[in-house]
Amino acid sequence: MTPPDLAVAEKIEGPSGETEELISGSEAIAHACRLADVDVITAYPIRPYDTVMQYVSQMISNGDFDCEFIVAESEHSQFEIVKHASVVGARVFCGSSGVGWFYAFEALAVTAGLRVPMVAMVGNRALDDPGAFGVEHNDALAVRDLGWMLNWVSTAQEALDTALIAYRVAEDKRVSLPCAISCDGAFLTHSQTLVKVPSQETVDSFLPPYDRAEKQLHPDNPITIAPQVNEDWLMEMRRQNDMAMRRARGVIIEVYEDFNAKFGRGGEPFIERYMMDDAEIALVGMGTLAMPVRVAVRKMREQGKKVGFVRVRWFRPFPTIELQDAFATVHAVGVIDRDYSFGSAFHSGVLATEVRSALYPMESPPKVISFIAGLGGREVSADNVIEMADMAFDAAAGGDINEQDTHWIGVRE
Amino acid sequence: MPDTDVDTFSDFIATQVLDPWKGPKKVPAEEYYTSGHRTCQGCESAQLMKLMAKAGGPRSIVLGATGCMYVANTTYYSTPWAIPWMHTQLGSAGSAATGTAAGLKVMMRKGKMKKEPINVIAVCGDGGGADMGLSAISAALQHTQYNLLILLYDNESYANTDIQVSGSSPWGANSTFSPPGKVKRIMNRRWKKNTAAMLASGHPECRYVATVCTAYPVDAMNSVRKALSIGGPTFVHSLDPCPKGWDYDPMYSHELGELAVETGIWPLYEVEEGKLKMCGKSKRIVSGQFKRKPVREYLKRQGRFAHFTDEDIEYFQSKIDDMWEKWLIPGVIPFAAA
Repeated sequence: MTPPDLAVAEKIEGPSGETEELISGSEAIAHACRLADVDVITAYPIRPYDTVMQYVSQMISNGDFDCEFIVAESEHSQFEIVKHASVVGARVFCGSSGVGWFYAFEALAVTAGLRVPMVAMVGNRALDDPGAFGVEHNDALAVRDLGWMLNWVSTAQEALDTALIAYRVAEDKRVSLPCAISCDGAFLTHSQTLVKVPSQETVDSFLPPYDRAEKQLHPDNPITIAPQVNEDWLMEMRRQNDMAMRRARGVIIEVYEDFNAKFGRGGEPFIERYMMDDAEIALVGMGTLAMPVRVAVRKMREQGKKVGFVRVRWFRPFPTIELQDAFATVHAVGVIDRDYSFGSAFHSGVLATEVRSALYPMESPPKVISFIAGLGGREVSADNVIEMADMAFDAAAGGDINEQDTHWIGVRE
Repeated sequence: MPDTDVDTFSDFIATQVLDPWKGPKKVPAEEYYTSGHRTCQGCESAQLMKLMAKAGGPRSIVLGATGCMYVANTTYYSTPWAIPWMHTQLGSAGSAATGTAAGLKVMMRKGKMKKEPINVIAVCGDGGGADMGLSAISAALQHTQYNLLILLYDNESYANTDIQVSGSSPWGANSTFSPPGKVKRIMNRRWKKNTAAMLASGHPECRYVATVCTAYPVDAMNSVRKALSIGGPTFVHSLDPCPKGWDYDPMYSHELGELAVETGIWPLYEVEEGKLKMCGKSKRIVSGQFKRKPVREYLKRQGRFAHFTDEDIEYFQSKIDDMWEKWLIPGVIPFAAA
């Protein structure tokens, strides 16, 4: 492994104290933790997310970052420790990958149930068994029903920016929900690109300190947290979590506006639209898949094929309105899942099920074709993307593509 | 220390100085575990909560792992806790204490919170502490930079969920997962886990580990006070007679606690700064001043042992005899020199 110190190839001073550094997605997240002045971080090793903790621990030992850094004895403890630190008022960060995230599942459930505004990073990784280090999205997606806000980023820059945005949204009193940032294992966690690292002043002007106010557990505020409520109150509390997630949508829009103004980047909050203006068919996906898809879209555009791409950035809350808008005039949508949902309605992945559901109420919804590709970190090539786009074109033209089935791409039969 | 660890020592936050109370009349009247709970009549774990809250005082935070002392204690709108209390997951007592202590410490260091010593106490039952939460407690006892106490209330079964056998249940005890039947009389063939000594010997940097029994309430409170004063992570293990799980009339709770100690089944000791001290009647058992009562007196008082034959009682007695006669450190460390 490359020691974190050697990873910085060059540092270029940018405007207003911003520097440009050649760093990986994991190091970008570590910088976000430092800039957010996170108070408690817990680590436990599992590839690929754990690189972020290697950078964090080095920053601490070098004196560049002051926080309690606790190496837990399991992922369950990792997430429980920060949950409790957050309740006494500390800003916290945590993370995991694959089965590690699943080992923490109980803690993940209560963190959302308690509306602890933790920010976590998921270095997406295939679940065991059989073992694979590569990316699949089933780890993070498993918490999609629990009250975690979930997003997928596609570059190291977006990872850093989204981590700062995540703290602001999660800690907003109108929301108070945990947020997980998904970074595709290896493709993002371990790949270096030039990243603009903002100055502390800029971050401070954007991200206020975490304030739990009347919900802080402290002898001056002797409250009882998480008692037994049973059927008397549980439903009302579930409804409060539902309302918080509904409000998150507006807060996210508001926070991106401010981020764009202060940092000069950030883009549209929920989705990225790539060559969608006159698109007849569109592909949809999440994470680093965007890179081969953009290449393929440009290639097809050169051949006069009107194809576009929508990258879903926030999966929870789900961008229903944005997707209905983006696909208002397209004839077919090809959803590329880097995950699976065995036995689901059309044996598709999770994203396809969600997209179908979101588009169903449209007056004339596009046809939805679902694909599963790139499991276990297998490369999705531009040719794979073209194959999928062609199938979507075929569906749009009324061809014999079976919409009620899911197509596995790049798989040996 | 070879390396001056800035984080661990320069911002060391002192503990509260909680001197021992010399006798019941010196114990203050204020209660911090009050009305509102719905534990069973004769519940010694509830008694322990009351003693613990009194011993810790108002500048304390209590974390309660899932178990009787969660479910029966904190019905929404009727919490008995006058001090801050929060639920934590069944296996999370160690993690809850660590996270709370770490959060307080860093907030004080960074000037985000007024600097003052706050007691952090995590309580767990034998299921949560000696079974599921053992690894998290072990980890908590290694993080010597945090001041915290883990208090294990041991009623020797998963009593909250209908009395199921745990790793801390006595050999042969009847439980809903170890009921004597027509073919098998003894379903629980595990011997009770030696939790406190295991944690003390496995974590030499931990400055205080003790066993207590609610039958000796002042001693129990003073153990809690010492654990909170001494600094770093500490562990106290209490044996709590449970009328529902042990199947006896609630009026005998106190008596059964005494019998557990007097028969030698529950040794009282503390390991302070690496020094072992036997306490109360257990000390007198070791010195020979007190002759252990036969375990039969203890077993025969409880319905959970009603199916025991004379042979079973003899076996139980022989295991207890071994504890005091063959162990390297009687009642504590179960090795014999080879």
